[in-house]
Amino acid sequence: MWDYTETVKDHFLNPRNVGQIDDANAVGEVGSLACGDALKLMLKVDVNEVITDAKFQTFGCASAIASSSALTEMVKGMKLSDAAKITNADIADFLGGLPKEKMHCSVMGREALEAAIANYRGVPLPTVEGEVVCECFGVTDIEVRRAIAESHLRTVEEVTNFTKAGGGCGKCHDRLQEILNESATSVKAKIIPLRGPKRMTTIQKIKAVEDVFEREVRPTLRKDGGDIELIDVDGDTVIVSLRGACGSCAKSRTTLKEYVEKKLREQILDTLTVEEDRA
Amino acid sequence: MNSIVYMDNNATTRVAPEVVEVMMPYFSDLYGNPSSMHTFGGQVGAALVQARTKIANLLGASPDELVFTSCGTESDSTAILSAVRANPEKRHVVTTRVEHPAVKNLAENLHAFTGHKYRVTQLGVDSHGLLNLDEYEKALTDDTAVVSVMWANNETGVIFPVKEMAAIAKARGILFHTDAVQAVGKIPINLQDTAINFLSLSGHKLHAPKGIGVLYVRKGTPFSPFLIGGHQEKGRRGGTENTAAIVGLGRACELAGARMTVENTRVKLLRDKLEKGLLSTIPNAILNGHEFMRLPNTSNISFEYIEGEAILLHLNTLGICASSGSACTSGSLEPSHVMRAMGVPFTAAHGSIRFSLSIYNTEEEVDFVLQHLPPIIEKLRNMSPFWHNRHKA
Repeated sequence: MWDYTETVKDHFLNPRNVGQIDDANAVGEVGSLACGDALKLMLKVDVNEVITDAKFQTFGCASAIASSSALTEMVKGMKLSDAAKITNADIADFLGGLPKEKMHCSVMGREALEAAIANYRGVPLPTVEGEVVCECFGVTDIEVRRAIAESHLRTVEEVTNFTKAGGGCGKCHDRLQEILNESATSVKAKIIPLRGPKRMTTIQKIKAVEDVFEREVRPTLRKDGGDIELIDVDGDTVIVSLRGACGSCAKSRTTLKEYVEKKLREQILDTLTVEEDRA
Repeated sequence: MNSIVYMDNNATTRVAPEVVEVMMPYFSDLYGNPSSMHTFGGQVGAALVQARTKIANLLGASPDELVFTSCGTESDSTAILSAVRANPEKRHVVTTRVEHPAVKNLAENLHAFTGHKYRVTQLGVDSHGLLNLDEYEKALTDDTAVVSVMWANNETGVIFPVKEMAAIAKARGILFHTDAVQAVGKIPINLQDTAINFLSLSGHKLHAPKGIGVLYVRKGTPFSPFLIGGHQEKGRRGGTENTAAIVGLGRACELAGARMTVENTRVKLLRDKLEKGLLSTIPNAILNGHEFMRLPNTSNISFEYIEGEAILLHLNTLGICASSGSACTSGSLEPSHVMRAMGVPFTAAHGSIRFSLSIYNTEEEVDFVLQHLPPIIEKLRNMSPFWHNRHKA
């Protein structure tokens, strides 16, 4: 049984603003029957670009209905420009939070709002372009990247919770991990420029190596039942021990040199070498 | 009505008061270990012998063909691993697309237990949830180590012809396991009449407590234990016996045998009244699973254009307990594997609700559901964009 807040239960059992606006001038429709949830948001926007009325129709679970109801309550009386700033987190906050597996319901609310605003302005939606990453739910890389950046997602599971991508057949998990890696690298590069010809103390190196391991290396190795442990850093030599399935894998040497060492050189110092602990 | 209307008996059942009664002494006065040499423990051992006989009677088996386990899942794992270990050179397993995860996930991960890759054939079902026996026969090869097919499906109640399938497997020299967790106690079973090698059952599905299961192992079937330890169960399953639960299961099986006719008449009538009532008053409602080849207590109905979790939570506010094969209730994002295997149309796949009754349900309860469900469906459909557009598509 899902752990819904009282506000979610209230908006689910007594949804506000269910129905249609016949003369709506901003309509956003997202989702589909096959996907398991869908929302049609209808807004009436006046000449001053103030939302004077909002109604919805939703197909979906309790949190999808509650998110839709919350969204209509939030936007009524708002200027369109302010409504455009509403994020999925705002919708979830309005409801006192949503179970993490249900965050995609709040994302659906935000997407419907964006679609409605785009419909009012007569502009196409940015997400219609882009590469379809998840074919089961028709999610593009643009949507995935945006969710990663907005909600600071770190794992494939979190991406699925927020976007549904990867929640079907699972074939796109590798691609999602790649996008996560790319996003993590670009965020990292902006905030802490780790690379470059600079001197690092051993402590700094250990921290940086652990960070790369945790963020990128371990998730990849764990998929094959393996793991890696940092034993020591001696000068530019990073000494590690491979665990689990990696420990007995004939290709472990290749993994260390071609994958782990490459990652560390890319992201920390290009003089680093990786050696396996033989003790 | 503020009390609970419990119609989720395929998930678990109420422990029968008669079962609780016979169990209680084994939590207090009769705490001895049945393996002990003294009379104090030995009298508990004698009670287990009686319980074993009662369970064997319900199954049409011999008492020494039963191994007590902790649950249906343990029984399934023990049986399937036993069968593949008995045929180490064979690397093929036949099962169905609609098995319970206890079988499905094990079959898909046999390499983790055996160190060998296995080819798994998952037999499909038609839109009524039925298997095709020709397809089954064709799937069997000289490399097939074991067939595992459930007796009755937990979501739809659809019954598979396991007796016939076991005979076909036997003729090919292939071991046959059936997960009969949903069938035992609901429909007559006589294992003597069959070629079934292994059968799993779970106590809490037939008004015994949780934490007790049984694996039937036909005499002469190769067996290797899953839990290795003491001499309990003649070395077939280590671990001190769950004495109270075994005594309880014995009583539950005795009751199930005595109530089998009631289950198949009164409970079935209640189920049929509920089902016909819902299908006749609610438009765009579809029965999932074959109308007749089915357990007497189960009804799985899809309500088109709405989603199952929303229906369940509305029912929940009225104290009505049911379950759903919708994505949102399973924690995954896709409808249940059973609904998908049956090819339930996508307008209906997310809106399936399962009602599973027991002898404890009453006609008043059925009337209560018939009174309250239609307005819930109507309310949710009024909210659904697809309901309003259903004629356009």
